[in-house]
Amino acid sequence: MAIAIVVVLLIVGSTVFHFMSPWWFTPLASNWGSIDDTIMLTFWITGVVLIAINLFMAYAIWRYRYQKDRRAEYEPENKKLEGWLIGLTTLGVVAMLAPGLIVWADFVTVPEDAHVFEVMGQQWQWSYRYPGRDGILGTTDNKYVDFDNPFGIKPDDPYGQDDILVQSDEVHVPIDQPVKVLLRSLDVLHDFYVPNFRAKMDLVPGLITYFWFTPTKIGSYEVLCAELCGQGHYAMRGIVVVDEQIEFEAWLAEQPTFAQSMALARAPGTDGQEQTASAQSVASISADYKISDEQLNLLNAYLDSSLE
Amino acid sequence: MTDTTPADVGFAPPAEVEEVELYHAKSWITKYVFSQDAKVIAIQYSATAIAVGMVGLVLSWLMRLQLGFPETFSFIDAADYYQFITMHGMIMVIYLLTALFLGGFGNYLIPLMIGARDMVFPYMNMLSYWVYLLAVLLLMASYFVPGGPTGAGWTLYPPQSILPGTPGHEWGIILMLVSLVLFIVGFTMGGLNYVVTVLQARTRGMTLMRLPLTVWGIFIATILALLAFPALLVGGVMLLLDRVLSTSFFMPSIVLMGESLDYGGGTPILFQHLFWFFGHPEVYIVGLPAFGIVSDLLSVHARRNIFGYRMMVWALIAIGGLSFVVWAHHMYVSGMNPYFGFFFATTTLIIAVPTALKVYNWVLTLWRGNIRLTIPMLFAIGFIFTFINGGITGLFLGNVVVDVPLSDTMFVVAHFHMVMGVAPLLVIFGAIYHWYPKITGRMLNETLGQFHFWITFVGAYSIFFPLHYLGFLGVPRRYYEIGETAFIPASAQSLNAFVTVVTLIVGFAQLVFFYNLFRSLTKGEPAGDNPWQATTLEWQTSETPPGHGNFGDELPVVYRWAYDYSVPGAVDDFIPQNKAPDETTGRSEPT
Ligand code: HEM
Ligand SMILES: [Cu+2]
Ligand SMILES: [Cu+2]
Repeated sequence: MAIAIVVVLLIVGSTVFHFMSPWWFTPLASNWGSIDDTIMLTFWITGVVLIAINLFMAYAIWRYRYQKDRRAEYEPENKKLEGWLIGLTTLGVVAMLAPGLIVWADFVTVPEDAHVFEVMGQQWQWSYRYPGRDGILGTTDNKYVDFDNPFGIKPDDPYGQDDILVQSDEVHVPIDQPVKVLLRSLDVLHDFYVPNFRAKMDLVPGLITYFWFTPTKIGSYEVLCAELCGQGHYAMRGIVVVDEQIEFEAWLAEQPTFAQSMALARAPGTDGQEQTASAQSVASISADYKISDEQLNLLNAYLDSSLE
Repeated sequence: MTDTTPADVGFAPPAEVEEVELYHAKSWITKYVFSQDAKVIAIQYSATAIAVGMVGLVLSWLMRLQLGFPETFSFIDAADYYQFITMHGMIMVIYLLTALFLGGFGNYLIPLMIGARDMVFPYMNMLSYWVYLLAVLLLMASYFVPGGPTGAGWTLYPPQSILPGTPGHEWGIILMLVSLVLFIVGFTMGGLNYVVTVLQARTRGMTLMRLPLTVWGIFIATILALLAFPALLVGGVMLLLDRVLSTSFFMPSIVLMGESLDYGGGTPILFQHLFWFFGHPEVYIVGLPAFGIVSDLLSVHARRNIFGYRMMVWALIAIGGLSFVVWAHHMYVSGMNPYFGFFFATTTLIIAVPTALKVYNWVLTLWRGNIRLTIPMLFAIGFIFTFINGGITGLFLGNVVVDVPLSDTMFVVAHFHMVMGVAPLLVIFGAIYHWYPKITGRMLNETLGQFHFWITFVGAYSIFFPLHYLGFLGVPRRYYEIGETAFIPASAQSLNAFVTVVTLIVGFAQLVFFYNLFRSLTKGEPAGDNPWQATTLEWQTSETPPGHGNFGDELPVVYRWAYDYSVPGAVDDFIPQNKAPDETTGRSEPT
């Protein structure tokens, strides 16, 4: 008997937990309210089924508990009942799947007027690139990556010269404008995940992946890496700041272009300080990216072992 | 009420093939160590799987300690944590559940339930176990090599799994891959055996549609495994080549911490396709035997036929078939062509239909039953409850667009633990309480069993239910620590601490179970041949535990399906499968 009562209690408890839980979706800050709606629809349909089947089961356990002089009913099957159950289940499934696929069609169709920026991942930091005045990102290739050109932009590509480089874990986007996020990784898989935007996508070395969204609320939102990328995975964080257009432009103007940063690197004064020694680059990476001591140790340990 | 059982009563065709000569052990060593008797092999498989499962369990405590009390346990660093989750995940899925369901329950139950004297290839069956043992030993050896075991996550995704940023990239990953290859080799030997045995060695009258669902579940799961493991095998071997010989199957050009590596041209997503082409059927490889077994537990202890036997069989087959066309639902945000999402979301949600039907039929088996709340029955009910919960969250993750925010969060961890961690484990416990009397001749202690059940069932639910909500919030999985994150309230840490405490309680409750297992070997009440009054053949043996060759001088002849419980007019409320129609009152004529 206890089991029937406990099943009921667990169901009641879970329902109460659901409504009392302080742990729930973060406030939405993008156009993907339709994803939230699909989740809520799924929640209601499946929630009702969960409660109904379990209460029915609890009732059956209680009602048909063992009695010495009673016999169970012998009923190998009941085609009609099974048919109904299959039919209703199919209906429920369609009710969840159809809206889901409609929203997915939206998710994979990038609006024509979306502007573009690039997210670049590497162990264990984010950096970003805007296409600059021409609106086109310069070609990149891993073979061009070095200390002066961390993004690996093809040096003589005219589209690349005005690319705006953001060598920090913080990026800004203007509010209410659809944006196509291009994702690229130098080393391993990562995943650009901003809970408030409800969207995420893997970064895959050797490929450029993408997703799109429209930021709808001013604020700053955390980026978490959501694909295991090695020891520092949990510490690979970033920030997306959603700005008004004017502030966004002001922020963008402060960032160096590719041409500027290359010129800086070639400028006299930095000459002779060619950054070849790895230890030196680690130190400057850590200064640039404000990474923790722990990660610095990781990096150093790695470099030591690879230099051996 | 209808009078038709899915297989007509009374029909038992003449034997088509002669009985095979049985191998007889000549010494103690060939009887108990290098044994070719499926029952001994079953015990060897089970003992090994449970032992390595304990390692997996202890690892889960360590992980939970870290998550519940992040600053407290300084001996756990990030590398350790990733090694824990990887070994824990792989051990639980492959080396515990797969091995225990197929190698353990499969070996013990298939011959006995179909009325055979042994598996058809006993020598290969023996080899299968020893290769499995070797695989386990190699896996454990990775704790003793420089760099320790791999911390690449149980999915072993390249490039990360073979590069220096991941712990265990030196030797751990190599041992892991070699161990998996061995496991697959060992499994294939056993698996071919189970399939051929079910197809060829059934006793007279045991038609396919008279097989108990336990056998059906294990049978279909084995076929899935035989078709799915090769994908893991090739993926594993290719990854091994990438790691050891610097080929580039999965490796594009890579700049690692400022230095270019000698790789180029490969694609990491290919590995994911291979992995999940295996990985998704794997979910059902541990699921289907559980479905089958729980059907039998429910039927026996509710004293009622399983409801809708034929549909239950077809549902198993449908789920098995569909499980090969849903794999990319694990890859919705992997960067594969997003248009695949339409296809895979549709196939995935279609699987919900036969799965839901199974749930309905389990519950309808209880309805109008005469339910004995024995320990196996309690675990079976616990399974239904847990499985419904985990199945429902699968509908979230399968529906591509809903998966986008939830994938790679704690929601996923909660979902798969419910559906393929806790639910099958509850069945395993129920099955052990159910068949222990046959295996040892003694009953397990009821009071200890009650204690074990309540803590495990309620505890496991309390561990994993709340984790869904951390997932909604956006807490990612595989995070060594969540640290300062603005959107995560401090209360999440209290929740984590609570979950950890419950984990430890549930963990220690398992000691009671082991105590019961050992104590009852000598102190348990004698069970007799058929303590649960069940119909299937393993309960009709002349000796308990069954002797070499299972069935004395003559194999049983089967006249009916496995679910003749509470047949109107019959004297007892169960009619064994091997009881001829004229031996029972009421249902004398073949229909
Ligand atoms: C009460 C027992 C268990 C507890 C407390 C537990 C706990 C955990 C925890 C804390 C994680 C890591 C979550 C993360 O940081 O991402 C994990 C991962 C995992 N567990 Fe369990 N677990 C248990 C039983 C099982 C069982 C029976 C299975 C069998 C299917 C299983 C399969 C897995 C898998 C596949 C992973 C993923 C590993 C990865 O991310 O690579 N666990 N478990
Ligand atoms: Cu990561
Ligand atoms: Cu799957």
